[in-house]
Amino acid sequence: MSIDLTSGEAEPARWDPGVHSYASMGYYDADYRPKDTDVLALFRVTPQPGVDPVEAAAAVAGESSTATWTVVWTDRLTAHTRYQAKCYRVDPVPGREGEYYAYVAYDIDLFEEGSIANLTSSIIGNVFGFKPLKALRLEDMRIPVAYVKTFQGPAHGIVMEREILNKFGRPLLGATIKPKLGLSARNYGRVVYEACRGGLDFTKDDENINSQPFMRWRDRFLYAMEGVNRATAQTGEIKGHYLNITAATVEDMYERAEFAKELGSVIVMMDLTVGYSAMQSMAHWARRNSVLLHLHRAGHSTYTRQKTHGVSFRVIAKWCRLIGVDHVHAGTIVGKLEGDPATTRGFYDTLRLGHVPAQHGNGIFFDQDWASLPGVMPVASGGIHAGQMHQLVDLLGEDVILQFGGGTIGHPLGIAAGAEANRVALEAVIKARNEGRNLVKEGPDILRTAAQGNRPLEVALATWGDVTFDYAATDAPDAVPTPSV
Amino acid sequence: MQLRHGSFAYLPDLTDDEIAAQVRYALLNGWPVSVEYTDDPHPRNVYWEMWGLPMFDLAEPDGVVREINDCRATFPEHYVRVLAYDARLGRQTIAMSFLVQRPAEEPGFRLDRTEGSNRVQRYAVHSYATEAPAGARYAHGREDVR
Repeated sequence: MSIDLTSGEAEPARWDPGVHSYASMGYYDADYRPKDTDVLALFRVTPQPGVDPVEAAAAVAGESSTATWTVVWTDRLTAHTRYQAKCYRVDPVPGREGEYYAYVAYDIDLFEEGSIANLTSSIIGNVFGFKPLKALRLEDMRIPVAYVKTFQGPAHGIVMEREILNKFGRPLLGATIKPKLGLSARNYGRVVYEACRGGLDFTKDDENINSQPFMRWRDRFLYAMEGVNRATAQTGEIKGHYLNITAATVEDMYERAEFAKELGSVIVMMDLTVGYSAMQSMAHWARRNSVLLHLHRAGHSTYTRQKTHGVSFRVIAKWCRLIGVDHVHAGTIVGKLEGDPATTRGFYDTLRLGHVPAQHGNGIFFDQDWASLPGVMPVASGGIHAGQMHQLVDLLGEDVILQFGGGTIGHPLGIAAGAEANRVALEAVIKARNEGRNLVKEGPDILRTAAQGNRPLEVALATWGDVTFDYAATDAPDAVPTPSV
Repeated sequence: MQLRHGSFAYLPDLTDDEIAAQVRYALLNGWPVSVEYTDDPHPRNVYWEMWGLPMFDLAEPDGVVREINDCRATFPEHYVRVLAYDARLGRQTIAMSFLVQRPAEEPGFRLDRTEGSNRVQRYAVHSYATEAPAGARYAHGREDVR
């Protein structure tokens, strides 16, 4: 249902100096029909006690577009109705008293072409600290095709990545090198070598491995690539290590990326903490230089996890696809980190599908047409192990990178055995799925049978087979039964 | 050495029934299936020789299995792989890839290095098998042309 604006007080004339309600200034318009070229945003608004929800929603539209706290006559020098964002619908959130879904439309002219920094400065710039709101969360966005086409998009994308790696028909496997801090470059490269030769496709620097006193970046790159190339020669398949190029300055990042390229690495990585402009720069570099680009979403939980305030990860996922990364972490559902199944499904759809239909149950409020922008490979990482392989394939599908850090390196028979256990489990599960077997019901059986012929998998199942992380998710969708725009 | 190529490289060799089950999965998805063979297993050798054209519009796997067996009989010491292709918009790439034959002896690869400055090494993966000319690489060679 929509809520009528029922402020009983008489409003002053539109251009009278002083403070007016945002709604009366045009930032709320229940009759507005969003244009195909509008950027749409859905906010979860929690007004302060006594603040009218429609006025709060209008304030969000106002403060994220042209408004300031008082009337300014200089608005009259512009075609101001075009530049005003319009809240066109306000719904109470089902089952959550005091919270409202506010739909806001922004004209495409408000945004610089191909700039996530500019888009975010508008949409999440000032408004999240606005006093009349107790809390505010950006739940979802619809990026119009006209705006999508101003972005590069993924440097390579899922299809091209598979063709580069020459690997099809199964999820890719990876592992983050552990311990994440403290290993010397020589020891670090050993872990890369063992994990890759054992059967993983990728190994990975962790987010906080940059260039510290115990291991400088150049040494790490040299030893890691030694491991990668040795493993490639030993197995006859292409291997990679995500060399983290995150650094203090973008100039440093370019230097590290160039060195990774010179060494023949198929992939580099960066952290979300480097900022939107740096990420876009590196995405352009990655396409120019034929190097895959992995993104670690370091820090995102500070603003994505809580339900009432911040930015949903599904919005960050959309921005990442526009920015142009090839990989981004998107949750495991079954692992150690936050991940409600429906919400995670929404993230995966957002990253992988060409057209994402609105599905409130998954937290997706708008149809999103990606206009042939390539898909981003989601990465599932954090507390997963070989014994969950059937669940992972069932829940996450095929275009995903499954990363087993502890689940590879912590294997009692060694790192290569840990890698092999994961690879054997994965191949057995994919083979069984293709044969038409039911992974949910028969999964444990499929794994046990595969383990009979493979000692590393047998030991992995004995070590971790029954480890689960079963906690209530904080970020589950609050579904609205009616369709959106 | 055992070449790790395709999606079932760590499982025991597939039986003919198991191969047929995988082909059936491809056909159920509407993916044409093709057979390719090579005696150059370098990981960056993309273009294996095509055993005929991709098989479009099949309903049952028998025809594919027959082609696989013909290919294996003709090139018993080559690598043979089965591919399924997904032509849908947004994919237009290979959907499945798995080995159905490998040579009895696989000599593998060595890593060649060129020493550069600043400790940089240039790596090249060198396949022992390709030291011999095409057609003479595994088990003393057979005619490489169909």
